[in-house]
Amino acid sequence: MTAAAAPTGAPSVIAPALEMRGITKRYPGVLANDHIDLSIAPGEIHALLGENGAGKTTLMNVLYGLATPNEGQILLDGQPVRIAGPSDAIARGISMVHQHFMLVPVLTVAENILLGAETMANPIFLDRAEARRRIHELGQRFGFEIDPDERVGRLSVGWQQRVEILKALYRQARILVLDEPTAVLTPQETTEIFAVLRRLRDEGHSIIFISHKLYEVLEIADRITVIRRGRVVGQRRPSETNEDDLAELMVGREVQLTVDRGESHPADVALSVEHVTVKNDRGRETVVDLSFEVRKGEIFGIAGVAGNGQDELVEALTGLRRPAGGRIHLDGIDVTHEGARELHGRGVSYVPADRHRFGLVLSFPLTDNLVLTDYYAAPYARGPIRDDAAIRARAIEAIEQFDVRTPSPDVAAGTLSGGNQQKLIVAREFGRDLRLLVLDQPTRGLDVGSVEFIHRQAIRKRDAGTAVLLVSAELDEVLELSDRIGVMYRGRLVAILDGRTADREQVGLLMATGGREAPAPTPGARGEGVA
Amino acid sequence: MVARLRGQLAVPAGAIVLALLVGAVIIIATSPLATGRFDPTLPLVTYWAIIQGSLLSVNGLIDTVRSAAPLILVGLSVGFCFKAGLFNIGGQGQFLTGAVTAAAVGGALAGAPPYIAAPVAILAAMAVGALYGMIPGFLKAFTGAHEVVTTIMLNYIAIQIVAYLIQGPLRAPGSSFARSADVGNAAIPVIITSGGHQAHLGVIFPFIAAGIIWWLLYRTTIGFEIRTVGANPDAARYAGMRPRYLMMLAMSVAGLLGGLAGAGEILGVSGYMPAAYSTNVGFDAITVALLGRVHPLGIVFAGLLLGAMRAGAGLMQIQAGVPVQMIDVLQGVILFFLAADIVVRRVFRIRAAAGGVAELATVTGTYGGTTKASQP
Repeated sequence: MTAAAAPTGAPSVIAPALEMRGITKRYPGVLANDHIDLSIAPGEIHALLGENGAGKTTLMNVLYGLATPNEGQILLDGQPVRIAGPSDAIARGISMVHQHFMLVPVLTVAENILLGAETMANPIFLDRAEARRRIHELGQRFGFEIDPDERVGRLSVGWQQRVEILKALYRQARILVLDEPTAVLTPQETTEIFAVLRRLRDEGHSIIFISHKLYEVLEIADRITVIRRGRVVGQRRPSETNEDDLAELMVGREVQLTVDRGESHPADVALSVEHVTVKNDRGRETVVDLSFEVRKGEIFGIAGVAGNGQDELVEALTGLRRPAGGRIHLDGIDVTHEGARELHGRGVSYVPADRHRFGLVLSFPLTDNLVLTDYYAAPYARGPIRDDAAIRARAIEAIEQFDVRTPSPDVAAGTLSGGNQQKLIVAREFGRDLRLLVLDQPTRGLDVGSVEFIHRQAIRKRDAGTAVLLVSAELDEVLELSDRIGVMYRGRLVAILDGRTADREQVGLLMATGGREAPAPTPGARGEGVA
Repeated sequence: MVARLRGQLAVPAGAIVLALLVGAVIIIATSPLATGRFDPTLPLVTYWAIIQGSLLSVNGLIDTVRSAAPLILVGLSVGFCFKAGLFNIGGQGQFLTGAVTAAAVGGALAGAPPYIAAPVAILAAMAVGALYGMIPGFLKAFTGAHEVVTTIMLNYIAIQIVAYLIQGPLRAPGSSFARSADVGNAAIPVIITSGGHQAHLGVIFPFIAAGIIWWLLYRTTIGFEIRTVGANPDAARYAGMRPRYLMMLAMSVAGLLGGLAGAGEILGVSGYMPAAYSTNVGFDAITVALLGRVHPLGIVFAGLLLGAMRAGAGLMQIQAGVPVQMIDVLQGVILFFLAADIVVRRVFRIRAAAGGVAELATVTGTYGGTTKASQP
């Protein structure tokens, strides 16, 4: 399919709820949107699919009034409109639910919903009673009743998202834009939120669903529009397409969605974690008496909903946080109390989850970032003096080897795309002799092509005999790569499963409940190969 | 390279131009006080007098360089801290402790051979300045106390220490007002004299210091660590660097530069220290550091510019009748436009990427956010 002609779209004769015609947005040097046509019917869930940088965000910014298009027209219910800004968009019934929730944790549900759309009893005081009544009513209508007086900070991520949706409904949104709504949810929560979305659709709301998870898009959407490099490259109905077709449209070439991970050949134990307890910044034990082993040549995946102690565990294993108890051995040597520098020297590499906060210095050039963890050692330094020539040579080699797309090694890391930034970290951390590779959410926010690349590299390292520890809130990633899977729940490993036989639903349930409703986990299950 | 340089120069140049325009408005508005009538040409007379008094004569040039010396040194001190993500407002205290040390050691060694007395007094001032600078570094590293608060408090403590020492143990016997003894042989030798205007050998210190600081920041691993801690303390921890140690080191180097500046003024200019020694150098240096884009070379030029304004102030007052405090106004407005650089960029249509200074975040963003840098 070539560039989409006018969408075959709306099945009914009534005007589409939203129509974007020929939207073109140019930024200096970039054509972010190139004559994009998009039409969404009332009561339709329309998925917008595309890699990072394809132009989805720009298009939504145009819709939300955050960017002014150079060309093109927006029509609501067939009427051309000019959207001046977010408040104008909201007034016209367009609402956006961001991937990172815009909620105030210390305020209640009702207060959060009222924020910016205050219902006033009189010019001075809020009408809380009326607000509560309406929130209650909305919740009932769409099948998710929620206590308006609960503090948002106490809600689970899934419910926080529902508060965001309620916020939009409270503002009488008819068109809802959901940006990667499932990125932070467990499979169960995703199922629940899908039920909510279907209910909204059946009530006549239009939903724009932005995602890069192909199977979810196929499950929830009525129609799918694929964008690549600022252009609509195809439109599909779920019944007439499949994941491979969509991926190919998105990337522009054939993509292997699941890397063939092949047979693993686990050898000796490389990392052994025994009864490790770790406290968080507030002194709470967020990792409790945790034990497991990772062997050379295997990928051990840790699945779990974010915030179940994974961060603290990873920090303890990489020397950024001292364990409060227990022992950590690397190749038989006790490294429990070693810091990041010593562990790095022992061949421990760490790809952090938050690449902007930990992995890179965005204002530094690629050259400096590529030696961030070994700038002090030969050949990059002779004594205290940096060797710029050696650093540059290394940068050029790494950029070439790991296919980092950049105009030059001297540009700031912050100017690269997310995928290329991650490749930069991978180039730095993979490109040396390794004993243990710790990958924390290595593909978060990356496009299909970059994910494929990073997964391949991880498997290559495994096959070279490196012990790999993969921590991810993306269940699919853990299932796809891991030879063994540990499920983390409230600071404990509640189960260790065989990666070849582990089942999505089963792991999802363990992640969500810790296995209380599932078969009881074997206490102290660790190591011995498989569950 | 040229484009990058232009990007770096755009905002400072814009800030200066805007400050001169704002200054012109103030000068015209107050011109009745200076000349007895509204005089729209007075700004031109004023600015011309500054240029004449600072750059167009040998005497002026001598004064410019001499006034610039402490500004550059303390500017380097502030700039070095910015690179480490620290906002050093303690330049004044570090300068004063260095100055009083130079006065004490210089006074004690007044009869010693010059080639021993001067270097010892200078080194002592640098050491004491470094120790004084290390205090806020230590407090930040181990207690999390914010350096803006502690350095300001230490400024007041330094003022009182100086007052006590000069009025008490260091007071020169027989002097009519509280002052320290003459430094005698510990004086830094004068290298240029012209009609009563003198420049001491110490005026070359800022240029040497700028070179060393540049080398340290951009050519050594320690400098890389300091810049990393400043740009992203979490990444520094991730990379196995020691933010606590680096913070203390950066503050100590800053104090050392401040102490050197103080020594230069006592041993090279006044020859003794009065109890009421007053200086604004710590605050002026913030303007210098930001005007110089937190780069050693930029700081040298910024210091020379502000030094020239100081040097030309006298002639300005004589020729235009505008009080010397006008220089403080101009300097304040320059700082205002540097901090609020978005105004400058709007006026001159400078693209953000070209105009930004990452270290400015240290000024504006260090209060609410708790960095993890103070953790082990």
